[in-house]
Amino acid sequence: MSNLIQINDLCVKYGKIEALRDLNLTINEGEYIGIIGANGGGKSTLLKTILGLTKQYKGTITYNGTTLKKSNLSIGYVPQTNELNRMFPITVEEVVLTAKIPLKKSFFYRYSDEDHKEVNTVLEKVGLSKIKERQISDLSGGEFQKLLIARALALNPNILLLDEPTAMVDIKSQKQIYTLIKRLSREMTIVMVTHHVKDITKQAGKLIFLERNILAEGDPEEVYKYAYLKPVGVLNREPRSREVTRV
Amino acid sequence: MIQDILKYQYLQYALITSVLVSLVAGLIGVIIVEKKQVMLTGGIAHTSYGGVGLGYLLGFEPLLGAFIFAVTAALGSNLIKNRMTGVSDVIIAIFWSLGMSLGILFIGLIPGYPPDVTSYLFGNILSVTTLNLVLMAIITLIVLIVIVVFFQDWRAHLFDPEFTTIRGKRTKLMENILLFLIAITVVALIRVVGIILVIALLSIPAATASLLTRKLHLRMILAVLFGLMFTIFGLFISAYTMLSSGAVIVIFGFAVYIITYLGTRYLIRVKKVEAV
Repeated sequence: MSNLIQINDLCVKYGKIEALRDLNLTINEGEYIGIIGANGGGKSTLLKTILGLTKQYKGTITYNGTTLKKSNLSIGYVPQTNELNRMFPITVEEVVLTAKIPLKKSFFYRYSDEDHKEVNTVLEKVGLSKIKERQISDLSGGEFQKLLIARALALNPNILLLDEPTAMVDIKSQKQIYTLIKRLSREMTIVMVTHHVKDITKQAGKLIFLERNILAEGDPEEVYKYAYLKPVGVLNREPRSREVTRV
Repeated sequence: MIQDILKYQYLQYALITSVLVSLVAGLIGVIIVEKKQVMLTGGIAHTSYGGVGLGYLLGFEPLLGAFIFAVTAALGSNLIKNRMTGVSDVIIAIFWSLGMSLGILFIGLIPGYPPDVTSYLFGNILSVTTLNLVLMAIITLIVLIVIVVFFQDWRAHLFDPEFTTIRGKRTKLMENILLFLIAITVVALIRVVGIILVIALLSIPAATASLLTRKLHLRMILAVLFGLMFTIFGLFISAYTMLSSGAVIVIFGFAVYIITYLGTRYLIRVKKVEAV
């Protein structure tokens, strides 16, 4: 397993509020990592910093041993749905096609047959090919989440970062999304932030308990026990030790 | 009517103005409605009054002053918003009131009788000058090129700017370009509907179009057509009754919006009944 992303001594602050402190993490190729922890514990911040969306930080992040731009790493990202305008006039297929707009020379860009073909493939993979003409405002919560996964997959990622992909989704759709992510974990590296602790414990290869820094990481069952035997959600407390508890 | 257009230059100018402003208002209007930036646009429009006042005070074209103030307000508010989270509506309010206050102050400082600024506040499509027309043509061309040529990029950016950033697009630059386009659109619309009613001509055609189609590019095309309908109607009512063109355009636009809304509601209900 090669090292895809290496994070050393990462600190992120929003004004005076400390979101992440001295965080060290290695993400290896083929891993399926679940991240749990209380709201405001820095889970989403960690994903956004990895993605380069959070520019102000201390510490180092290397991607395949180099910077994000220089590395040939393709990162897919599934954001929280509440950050998006669900009433925006755009169809399922058009959303996924946005992943195919070239970075340069995008003027008067018309999607090629190849673009449509690739988009259809990912839509079939997530089970949305039959509703590709549908407006996003007509999608259920579960379908919308699958759509965002499809858009991320259209980038042909080596690593897929998901931020609470089962939040505000009914139980049936949650199961479908977990099954889909499990299937995808055979093809790519997965890092998923979630509050559905029991589900992720069953699936992930490694679980991380994060509250500003990593309080525990390792075997999902053991981390789950560790996290829920200790008081979760008390964000102002100091971690008992700077050392990560490996369980 | 056609004879009048052929006979009078001011009517020809007004007609060309209607076409130009409908194009910019349709394209930018749909964007600001989807991006929920209608109030920001209102703030930019009102800030530009400071520029109108400065133009009168220093003796240069008031629309040029409006342009400088509008662009400063658009880019300045974005800069402040990026540095201070959660205060965007406060910034809009500050720019809005500061611009209006400066306008009132500058006009008050002009020696002798103050100029008549009614046409800048409420619009008068019949008083468009050659310089105004040239300025509007340039603005329309810029907006048209930037939006149409990079339509796919704009659609992706409007739906999810974070995703376009991750892809490596220069999202902050796109955001500033968009604000610049909004600012110059405001300037283009001032002569037609006035500073106070600018947001109406941007939002009513776009909102009416949104009732009829769920495709972004069709919304833009329909908004342009609605804008054209409103401005030409306002132009002729204003020409023959001497009523304020801005007020006529907005009231007619509102009536069309209400009729379209009720019509679409009725059709939806009929379809539901048929389905049962």
